[in-house]
Amino acid sequence: MSTAFPKAAKVALGMPQLRSNLAHATGAIRAKRTDVAGELDDWEELRSTAAAVKADVQHRLPELALEFERNARAAGARVHWARDAAEANRIAARITCEAGADEVVKVKSMATQEIELNEHFEAEGLAAWETDLAELIVQLAEDRPSHILVPAIHYNRTEIREIFNERMPDAPSDLTDDPAALAEAARLHLRRRFLSAKVAVSGANFAIAESGALVVVESEGNGRMCLTMPETLISVVGIEKLLPRFDDLEVFMQLLPRSSTGERMNPYTSVWTGATEGDGPEDVHIILLDNGRSGVLADEVGRQALSCIRCSACLNVCPVYERTGGHAYGHVYPGPIGAILAPQLEPGEHDDLPYASSLCGACYEVCPVKINIPEVLVHLRRQGPHGAGERAVMGAAQRVMARPRLWRAALRAARFLSRPWRGRGHVRRLPWPGSKWTGSRDMSVPPRLSFRDWWKERER
Amino acid sequence: MNRIGLFITCVNDALYPETPKAVVTVLERLGYEVDFPQAQTCCGQMHANSGYRDHATGLARGFERAFGEYEAIVTPSGSCAAMARDQYPDLIGGGIGARVYELSEFLIDQAGVDDVGARFPHTVTYHPTCHGTRALGLGDKPLRLLRAVGGIELIDLPEPDQCCGFGGTFALKNAEVSSAMLDDKCRNAAGTGAEYLAAADNSCLSHIGGGLSRAARASRGVPKPIHYAEILASAP
Repeated sequence: MSTAFPKAAKVALGMPQLRSNLAHATGAIRAKRTDVAGELDDWEELRSTAAAVKADVQHRLPELALEFERNARAAGARVHWARDAAEANRIAARITCEAGADEVVKVKSMATQEIELNEHFEAEGLAAWETDLAELIVQLAEDRPSHILVPAIHYNRTEIREIFNERMPDAPSDLTDDPAALAEAARLHLRRRFLSAKVAVSGANFAIAESGALVVVESEGNGRMCLTMPETLISVVGIEKLLPRFDDLEVFMQLLPRSSTGERMNPYTSVWTGATEGDGPEDVHIILLDNGRSGVLADEVGRQALSCIRCSACLNVCPVYERTGGHAYGHVYPGPIGAILAPQLEPGEHDDLPYASSLCGACYEVCPVKINIPEVLVHLRRQGPHGAGERAVMGAAQRVMARPRLWRAALRAARFLSRPWRGRGHVRRLPWPGSKWTGSRDMSVPPRLSFRDWWKERER
Repeated sequence: MNRIGLFITCVNDALYPETPKAVVTVLERLGYEVDFPQAQTCCGQMHANSGYRDHATGLARGFERAFGEYEAIVTPSGSCAAMARDQYPDLIGGGIGARVYELSEFLIDQAGVDDVGARFPHTVTYHPTCHGTRALGLGDKPLRLLRAVGGIELIDLPEPDQCCGFGGTFALKNAEVSSAMLDDKCRNAAGTGAEYLAAADNSCLSHIGGGLSRAARASRGVPKPIHYAEILASAP
């Protein structure tokens, strides 16, 4: 079994600036989300409806995917199917080359992060430029995103100013760490990219089966620039993003902004259906991406992870994420949703992530599509593998607990053996593996008289 | 439903006898007859949540054997009650899970009592444990019972809904993260200046108490952990 998470978490816990940045940022979004979700009387009904729509999509996925393909084609889009990351990247690179381009501008997209499109393009001698402010910061820093929605959440503005000064060639020499000044510097930098790009790459928040339309929800307007200015548009869309009807957006557009940024409404929502002559890109491609999703779909308990709309509310409330940040998870999807999605998308990998949770349930409480994350975590833990030592301990404990007489004898033995510590009331240090506990907490000592003794005494 | 099966939980069986004694005191004070089935051991939560489904199923069957005859089974643990109610239907079927009540649920919903006639002239801060609050939906039931206690002064715990970091085997498998969560819980608890930190689960209290007792060696005025049932049992 992998021990990557506990190790990486330990490193992250040793970085006080990171912890303070994370606690500050997640705390602020958390409070905003609670406020705006509380404004809607029918919040719980919206959540239930969204969960039902997503469950319906999962039941009818093949049918809806074909309906989407048919309608998108009829509207002038070219639809490609990609079994995995490599296939999706090959298709995207080929389209870019055929358009006579050697660079693309990008809308923030988790699907392209997942398939590592930027890295693939670089290997092919193509350049992919992120245009979302936070993604730009992360790309300039040659770092990886640490949050689904706020990829640069691990940086504060002073650190961002340093990144711009050192790595953005056209950064003004007198750049301050004022957020407006930082945004203006990025805006001027990006404007040149938008004006010269021939090809854009996006993901999509929703894909509407009945019309073949795609929907992108964003805050900065960089997405709108990418989606309208270049001649060629390539959208990489996970097949779970389908919604049956345009009207379903009514539900999701109330849930998504409130759950993600804590806003009632996001600033920019772009909807496009195929290609329209004289209006936006005329060479429109959609890559429908599987990359492990059909495998997840086959698992009746685990498939609810495919309902995720990437709002990241679960990250912001997670006490584990708040302390470790996203990098510790070692996957593009961090936090509670990553802990159930990563091991399912890549079976056999990330098998320590289902344990990166105290099962406190805060994630389930806020999830706008009601993914029962604790349930799936436990479900994945049941698939193992479990270490031999642990299996032995768990098996022995079960054998004792399954036999009341043996259990009572074990408790008597524990009371007897712990006598030397009873005076103090607790044990300060135990040998391994008990040291895992006593590293930071004292251990209680069994009492002289158990409840059972007391009960027997009283019955006499 | 005057006869109640008391499920004390394995943690209390091994370490904390005062809590189930307190439950007996409170229930008898209200006129209930309390039985303690000797064959009880563990609800199976540790095995179930660590991924050992078959082991958990065996323990759930044992629970059913010990408590099958009771209409109401009361336990002073939010997480064990949640285990029985949420996971037993899947593990062993049948309706026994639905007959398991956490103490405050039983007192408020079944017995219809807020005031159990206790007196506890101390300052207390209350930590709502995760499984009790979220999985079981206890809401503020334990707090409602505490508010009715004579002489008590309740002090709000900052960031109450933040997990203490226990999480069963999580405390061992991800000991560093768990400890970081514990540090924050202990700091918030100590900041209240309360004499006691109360909660509805001794497994969480074992964790928080283990952190607080360490903190108590460094500074004075750190709250002592206490199960809220023990407050309810204090003499009027």
